[in-house]
Amino acid sequence: MSDTNPNLPNPNLDAAAAMATEVPQAAALGFQMVSAGDARGVMHVPWREDLVGDPETAVIASGVVTSLLDHCCGMAITAATGERRPTATLDLRIDYMRPAASRAGVTVEAHCYHMTRSIAFVRAHAWDADPADPIATAQAAFMLAGPVGPGTGGAA
Amino acid sequence: MTSEDHLRAFLERAPYIRFLGMTAELAGDELTGILPFSPHLIGNTLLPALHGGVIGGFLEMTALAQLAVTQSTPRVHKTIDVTIEYLRPGRALTTYARADLRKVGRRIANVHVEAWQEARSQPIAALRGHFMLAED
Repeated sequence: MSDTNPNLPNPNLDAAAAMATEVPQAAALGFQMVSAGDARGVMHVPWREDLVGDPETAVIASGVVTSLLDHCCGMAITAATGERRPTATLDLRIDYMRPAASRAGVTVEAHCYHMTRSIAFVRAHAWDADPADPIATAQAAFMLAGPVGPGTGGAA
Repeated sequence: MTSEDHLRAFLERAPYIRFLGMTAELAGDELTGILPFSPHLIGNTLLPALHGGVIGGFLEMTALAQLAVTQSTPRVHKTIDVTIEYLRPGRALTTYARADLRKVGRRIANVHVEAWQEARSQPIAALRGHFMLAED
């Protein structure tokens, strides 16, 4: 669920969309950008046989959800700052409410609800069919590095 | 089944573990998770560094693998919650992880996991989590 209107021009969209395809891990998992703007990002990962955690249930692995939550939090920060600044995750707390449905993809919405000069605070939730019935929620803090350029490593 | 059998069954069971390229070794009942570097694990191409989700997933899988060996069940335990702390960037190197079963109750286990690369004294990330134990 996003309150972003996809019909409005959004200068942050290109930078955010690039995050879904240019990052090798995101491309390998098949991440798709859904929307970005207003300090929020929405991303989707389609179900895939090789991403399953337990073949008995054919549910997507929790590690895939971890990657999507982390990645979408980064996209929310990009949507909040309007530029791709290197970020380093400080911590990420995930609560798993229930397993996703069998053979279901997962969607995540992240909201960068507060930002200081060097730290971004982000909340996110993941669902399979209904945003009001989440499979997981997350809370994360990120360190913001300076703008991309020589000498900026991007890590803590 | 021996500990090695339980570990092999766990590693072969989940397609996601093959996607990561994760393996593990046992010394007695103590397990070391091993994640060889691969380009598809990169999250930051500038450094380059492993994706935070990859490190988190690897830590969680190490916890579940250790539980599979210790609890001697082929059933998959369920993750309730995890807190992942990122301490250093994960370089383009092999990553190792060991899980410490802090408390294994009747239904719930509390597990701490630490990951390192070149030196164990310089961990790159840590995980604390609760897991719902599968019933036989």
